Order: sequence, then C-alpha cells, then structure tokens
Amino acid sequence: MIALWIVIGIIAILIIVFIATYNGLVRLRNQVKNAWAQIDVQLKRRHDLIPNLVETVKGYMKFERETLEAVTRARNVAQQLPPTAGAGERAKAEDELSTALARLLAVVERYPDLKANQNFLALQEELTSTENKISFARQFYNDSVMKYNNQTQMFPSNIVAALTGFKPGEFFEATVAEEREAPKVSFP
Amino acid sequence: MWEQIRSNQTRTIVLVASLGAVFLFLGYFLGLVFFNNGTAGVIVAIIVWAVMNLVAYFQGDNILLAVSGARKIGPDDHRRLYNVVEEMKIASGLEKMPDIYIIDDPAMNAFATGRDPNKAAIAVTAGLLQNLNRDELQGVVGHEIAHIKNRDVLLMAMCSVLLGTIVILAWYGSRFLFYGGMGRSRRTTSTGRGGGGAIIIMLVALVLMVLAPIAAQLIYFAISRRREYLADACSALYTRYPLGLASALEKIAKSPYQLRTANQATAPMFIVNPFHRKMTELTSTHPPIAERIRILRSMAGASLADYDRAYREVKYDRRGIIPGAAAAGLIPIRAPSPEPTDEVRQARETSDALWRLGSYTIIECPCGTRLKLPPTFRELQITCPHCGRLNPV
Repeated sequence: MIALWIVIGIIAILIIVFIATYNGLVRLRNQVKNAWAQIDVQLKRRHDLIPNLVETVKGYMKFERETLEAVTRARNVAQQLPPTAGAGERAKAEDELSTALARLLAVVERYPDLKANQNFLALQEELTSTENKISFARQFYNDSVMKYNNQTQMFPSNIVAALTGFKPGEFFEATVAEEREAPKVSFP
Repeated sequence: MWEQIRSNQTRTIVLVASLGAVFLFLGYFLGLVFFNNGTAGVIVAIIVWAVMNLVAYFQGDNILLAVSGARKIGPDDHRRLYNVVEEMKIASGLEKMPDIYIIDDPAMNAFATGRDPNKAAIAVTAGLLQNLNRDELQGVVGHEIAHIKNRDVLLMAMCSVLLGTIVILAWYGSRFLFYGGMGRSRRTTSTGRGGGGAIIIMLVALVLMVLAPIAAQLIYFAISRRREYLADACSALYTRYPLGLASALEKIAKSPYQLRTANQATAPMFIVNPFHRKMTELTSTHPPIAERIRILRSMAGASLADYDRAYREVKYDRRGIIPGAAAAGLIPIRAPSPEPTDEVRQARETSDALWRLGSYTIIECPCGTRLKLPPTFRELQITCPHCGRLNPV
C-alpha cells in the first residue's frame, strides 16, 4: 500500500515538474516572439522615416543623387521582403539599409545649411534613435533566443522540449563588422 | 545571462533577513520589558510595521515625485530624453514604457520610482539634460531602468519601512522605559517577580534600543550600495557602453549644485547621493562615485561578468559583486555614438521643454528668433521684435 502511494507521489511530482518546465519554455518562447515583434516595430518605423528624410534632404543635396537613391533602394528591398523571410535574410537586407543611411548621414557634414534646418535636426534625432532602438531590440532578441535555446538543449528541460515540439530559435545576426568589435584604444 | 542577477539576490536576501532579525529582536525584548511577554512584543512590532507598510503603499510613489517638484512630459516635450528612455526600455526588455518626469533644477541627478515595473517612472533634472550627451544620458537612464527592472524600488521601499519601524520602536521604547517604565520596575520588585533576570532583560532591551537603529541603518546602507553596483552593471550591459555612464558620473561629480528638494528618506533612489556631505563608505547609501567610475572604466567587455571582474580588481574584493556571472559569454563594448555634443542645442532643447511644461507656446520666426508666448497671450498674431515680421500664433 505504502509502495503504491510512493509511486503515485513520484508520478505526481514528475507531472508537476513537467508542467512547470513546459510553462517555462512557453514563457521563453513568448519572450522571443515579443522581442521579434519589437524589432519589427522599429524596422517599420525606420522604413516610414526614410521617405520623409529623403524629401527633406533632397533640396539641399543636389550632388548626392546616388547616395539618396541607394537609401531609397535599400529601403524598398527591405520593405518588400515577404513576411515569411527568416531572421538571417531580414538582417542582411536591414544591414544594407543601415550602411546606406550611415553613408548619407556622413555626407550631410558637407552641408551646413542642412545641418541648421530644424526639420532635419528633428529627423536626425529620430533616425539616430531608431537605429539605436533597432540594435537594442536586436540585442534583447538575441539574448532571449540564447536563453530559450539553452533551455531547449539543456537537460532536463530538453526532454520536455523534444516531447512537446519546441524548436530552437534563429539569431538575428549582425553582419556589420565594426558592430562586433570593441573600439581599439592605443596610446602613443 | 539575466539569471546571474538572481544569484546576486541571495546576498541581498541575507541582508534583508538580518534587517528583519534586528527588527524581531527589538520587538521581542521590548515585549519582555513592557508586557513580560516577548511574543506580544513581536506581535505589536509586526502590527506597527504592517500599518507603516499600508501607509507607504497607499501614499505611493507620487510622494517622491511631488516633493521633488517633478513634472511629467510627453513624447514631444523632450524628444531626446523620451527616445533614450524608450531605447533603454527596449534593451532591458521592460514591458511597459515608464512615465518620464523632468525636475526643473540645475543640479545633476535622476531617480526611478514605482513598486511595479509596469507602473514605474523615471525623473531627470534639467541640469542633467543640459550637460550630458546622448551616450551619457543613456548610461544614466539605463541605470534607472535597471533599478526598475531589478525591482529595487520595491526592495528599498520595504527596507526603509522596516528601518523606520525599528527607529520608531526604539524611540518610543526608550521614552516609555524612562517615564512609564520606572513605575513598572518598582511594581515588579514589590510583587517580588523582579530579580537578576529582569535586570538582564532590561539591560539587553536598553542596549538594543541604542544599537538596533544604528545596525539597521548600516544594513540598509549596505543593501542600497549593493543595488547601486548592480544597477551600474546592468546599465553597462544594456547600453553595451560602460564609458557613457562613467563619463556621466564624472560630470555629475564635478557639478557644484545640490538638489534642492532631496532629503534623507529619498536619497537612495537617486543615481548619486544628492548630498555633498563627506561620508565614509559605511554610512552612505551610494558607493563612492570615484570607485564606480573606476570600475566602469576598467571593464573589458559589457557583460555582468566583466563588471564583476572590474569590481574585484578595483575593490581588491575576491568575492565580487555578482557571484556566478563568470559563465556569461563575450559581450564587446560598442563604439561611442558619432553624434557630436552640441551644448547649445542641448540647453535649448531642455529649456524649450520646460517652457512648454509651463504651457508656453514657442514660435519660430523665419529670421531665426524664437518667441516664447505665455499662456495668457491671447492675440492671433505677434510681431517679431528682431525682424518685425508678423507671425501667426
């Protein structure tokens, strides 16, 4: 009789642990999803800012048609990616847009009139901030994916993950080299 | 890598538990002295504590915001601040955007409130906004967001209520002992229940009444300092740029102004201690600013493990501040933002926000003059005093 109760007790504990682990995995997966949605929001915001930026800048930068076109083109490519595109593909298109934008903002230095324009200053603030938000959202997404993947691969939660079909998530990789490297400081 | 924060909690819990122990001890011995019953004393102490907690809970965080004269801003009142807070909200994975307040004060400081991370607020002084560039502001806001995310506000509120209860119990206890207690001791001797035991209890109670508030205060300071270090580490992790916070702290340390509205009770909430008074390390809510800067500056990467390593080097403390952080992966420090610091623009941005908070309207005249119209101004047009143009209001 006692043996039976012990067996029932052990089974009950196992079930509770299973449920807790499962719920933990669901929570992590939702966090990954939310983090991904956050990246999406910020990317969309950047796409929305660009026509405005190009419009403001165009009048001042007569000789930078190519730079402007590169930005518009990169934006269109990134915007027209199908929603089914994976994290890696998205990251590549968005990184190209980042590069094009960085080039544009570097060129702005040559146009003092533009730099005094209130409208442009406000846009520049929005653009800088959106770039930051994208990289922070990306940072949080990657952290979340790492945490989630660890859970799905480590014992004992990997058993629960395998039984209930949790698949590892994909990282949003940064391909821009300088973003990966710490600044080098050298003393003469 | 977020799990490591939890292992830091253990030591905080030990400290909080010792604060609780001081509290219960005091209650027990006061009970022995006044009711001849330790348990009754503990119960009375807990009732006092519960009432204080209720008061603190219902009066809420708004007290702090109200006494510091903070005014709430919307997204368009100060774009840069709003954006930086949103950036840090995203980086920390906080679910809801905290409310943002500006304090019209030239002192450089900031604080966070809100027991619940979903109902939090961040307040920043105008002095801070005027003097910090984007990276520095980001570091400070990251520190405040970390306080919210780590639930430090709740922790420190609980601890300060506990501390306050201990101080009140000890104070009233000593008064009663001197005035009412004399009669009681006479009575106990006359009924013959006194003797050696009662005197010892009396002595212990006396010693506790003197020492408990001091001990509690020291423990409270220790908890507060620990949370400050942790918030610095988290800020570095969120921003991936510890140098931003370091240089912000340098500027803050150099600032000659002292916050007009701060007081002892609100001190641990700020990013740096709002008082300039010289304090020893043991009796301050904040770690020495120079030490915090040195730790941040000597970080090799941006992870919590890097902070822990730097902490151990600077403090010669083998135990570190975030135990268990060693396992975290490599997180490099990012490059500084390219944005040049335009101090005139920063100052103008901040003063505009303050004017707007006072319901002033700001009009840009095409000649570059900025007209600030008070809320009482009722005309439809205004002549620019500089170039004579008529501007619609």
